[in-house]
Amino acid sequence: MREYINGNEAVARAVRLARVDVVAAYPITPQSPVVEEIAAQIASGELDAEYIRVESEHAALAACYGAAVTGMRVFTATSSQGLAYMFEMLHYVSGSRVPVVMAVANRGLAAPWTIWADHQDSIVCRDTGWIQLYVETAQEALDTCLQAYRIAEHPEVLTPVMVCLDGYVLSHTEEVVEIPAQEAVDTFLPPYKPQRVVEPERPLVFGVGAGPDLYPAFKQAQQEAMDRAREVICRVDEEFYRIFGRRHGGLVDPYRCRDAEIVLVTLGATTGTAREVADRLRQEGIKVGVLRLRALRPFPAEEVRRALAGCRVVAVLDRNCSFGYEGAVCTEVKAALLGLKEPPAVVGFILGLGGQDIRQADIEDIFRRCLAAGSGAVHQVAAAQSR
Amino acid sequence: MAVKIRELPEEELVYGSFACAGCGGILAVRLALKVLGPRTVVVTTPSCLLGVTTFYPQLAFKVPCVNVTFPSTAAAAGGVAVGLKRRGREDVHVLAVAGDGGTVDIGLQALSGAVERGHRFIFLCYDNEAYMNTGVQRSGSTPRGARTTTTPVGLRGRGEDRPKKDMMRIVAAHDIPYAATASIGYPQDYLRKIQKAAQTQGPAYLHVLAPCPPGWGYPGHLTVHLARLAVQTGQWPLAEYEKGRLTQKKIDNPRPVEEYWSIQARFTHLLS
Ligand SMILES: Cc1ncc(C[n+]2csc(CCOP(=O)(O)OP(=O)(O)O)c2C)c(N)n1
Ligand code: SF4
Ligand SMILES: [Mg+2]
Repeated sequence: MREYINGNEAVARAVRLARVDVVAAYPITPQSPVVEEIAAQIASGELDAEYIRVESEHAALAACYGAAVTGMRVFTATSSQGLAYMFEMLHYVSGSRVPVVMAVANRGLAAPWTIWADHQDSIVCRDTGWIQLYVETAQEALDTCLQAYRIAEHPEVLTPVMVCLDGYVLSHTEEVVEIPAQEAVDTFLPPYKPQRVVEPERPLVFGVGAGPDLYPAFKQAQQEAMDRAREVICRVDEEFYRIFGRRHGGLVDPYRCRDAEIVLVTLGATTGTAREVADRLRQEGIKVGVLRLRALRPFPAEEVRRALAGCRVVAVLDRNCSFGYEGAVCTEVKAALLGLKEPPAVVGFILGLGGQDIRQADIEDIFRRCLAAGSGAVHQVAAAQSR
Repeated sequence: MAVKIRELPEEELVYGSFACAGCGGILAVRLALKVLGPRTVVVTTPSCLLGVTTFYPQLAFKVPCVNVTFPSTAAAAGGVAVGLKRRGREDVHVLAVAGDGGTVDIGLQALSGAVERGHRFIFLCYDNEAYMNTGVQRSGSTPRGARTTTTPVGLRGRGEDRPKKDMMRIVAAHDIPYAATASIGYPQDYLRKIQKAAQTQGPAYLHVLAPCPPGWGYPGHLTVHLARLAVQTGQWPLAEYEKGRLTQKKIDNPRPVEEYWSIQARFTHLLS
């Protein structure tokens, strides 16, 4: 069935199709419609779940954690300030290896106050031990939320997943979305069967303390789970394709990169704009491509290296800033290219902070600037938007 | 049927903790678990209790234990309660335990939310009147006059200068189905209240005074004595909130507070 819905609604549909047991969430723009829609689905009887109407985001994730350790499939969603407020719990959930799935409607962080999109909120959570997938369309938001449960609950992974969608641009923009049939989703995503749950018959401790002798082993295990997640993310995307006929690239989504001289690296919804510009420049004979990173954690270093090895200049579009250095994705891409015999030059562009539009003209400007850039040395030009 | 101390089960559900000798907090939890029994899940948070019970591979609880972040004990307990209910395990008690800091200060918002939502769980605050785990800093539950490491006594410092936060009135304002204060010095009264909390359909709040030898500055064998003196000197009223009514046990001939103060290093400056 096809529906004309926005990204938030697509996420709520996925929550229903995934037969989530417990939702605990706190409203914030631009995520609020997700929780309203879930509440409506529960009220109408379409979704048989408990909605814990918590008093904060910290409590939202704590309640999800509490429900998840009893064996529930759980969901939460937030944005910006709410995600920042969850920061302590983010580490707690990933360290406890609890497979929570969370949608993040990306929004900039105050101050100054903003409700509009950028990726600062989730990028600063890169190191919290969550898998981070950035989606490009409402369709992909729906599909990825379903995939996220398969990934998070995989016994070899057991790591929470953030599904990040650009605020407004995806969260509030309608598009035609194919809603998968419940039976097909049930085949793809069977009920959650945790190996360890809270039950008096088998007393276990969740969230233990660990001294310097043991703590590193827990962290090593998390790192290894992330490594395994790379393959699982790809496999799950393929399996999804076999059942639903759609796939989203697994870890990375390259477009016309093979023979490209210049490749622009993107996250999220801007990618569509970038592809159109790439097509236009290609018609002029300028060989450009676009590499969308779908996974930021685990970082697809191998795939990035492969996709970018042959080009002359890599431009990285960051909708975030690691103040005092550069855009975070730029740093990561540069690191991935280290060790290549003839590494491409990497040029960073920070654009679209706090909802600033990223227009075709801006992307064309990036490509043209890179075209003019000469040498093969790895360097960085931090650039504000040229307007 | 009231529980009797003599009839309590021998089985220990918290055993082998690293608590100091004479720790009132661990006694409070031990007694609570004896009443609630093995079909209980403990949800706890940074505090002495967590520090002395669940440091891997030490697992001092014989019941499941869910540790969570300092501010969100009650929120996590709510999640556990919802999950167990959905699994048809309403026979299992959810016992959230936090220190006074984890209750009256950083955990207050989550407690308020969880009580207001009406989850079926028991919140047990063991009150040692300061942040003991981090080295005896004051909390909102530190009584006026007490010396702590952040309310020191000196030329211009006279210990804690604000009164103890009145948690009973706060939880009563939520019209909680059941709430009570207790003291480990009056175990019969405490056990009865735990049992009442266990029978409550909905949230129940227990606030138990739990003296701490190193934090208060007294020898460990005096824990129970002090827990009784606190009541007898009127420093720790035994109260109950039920069906919208807050009642308090009257102390007929209160003993002079100096008796209570004089055997604790945290109060000695008040007597000189
Ligand atoms: C968010 C956060 N802030 C501070 C701490 C440090 N901390 C751990 S336990 C504790 C004090 C606990 O005091 P209380 O709740 O009274 O329990 P007690 O140790 O006295 O039994 C503090 C401040 C923490 N773990 N988390
Ligand atoms: S410091 Fe106090 S509260 Fe902590 S374990 Fe020792 S006696 Fe118990
Ligand atoms: Mg304390």
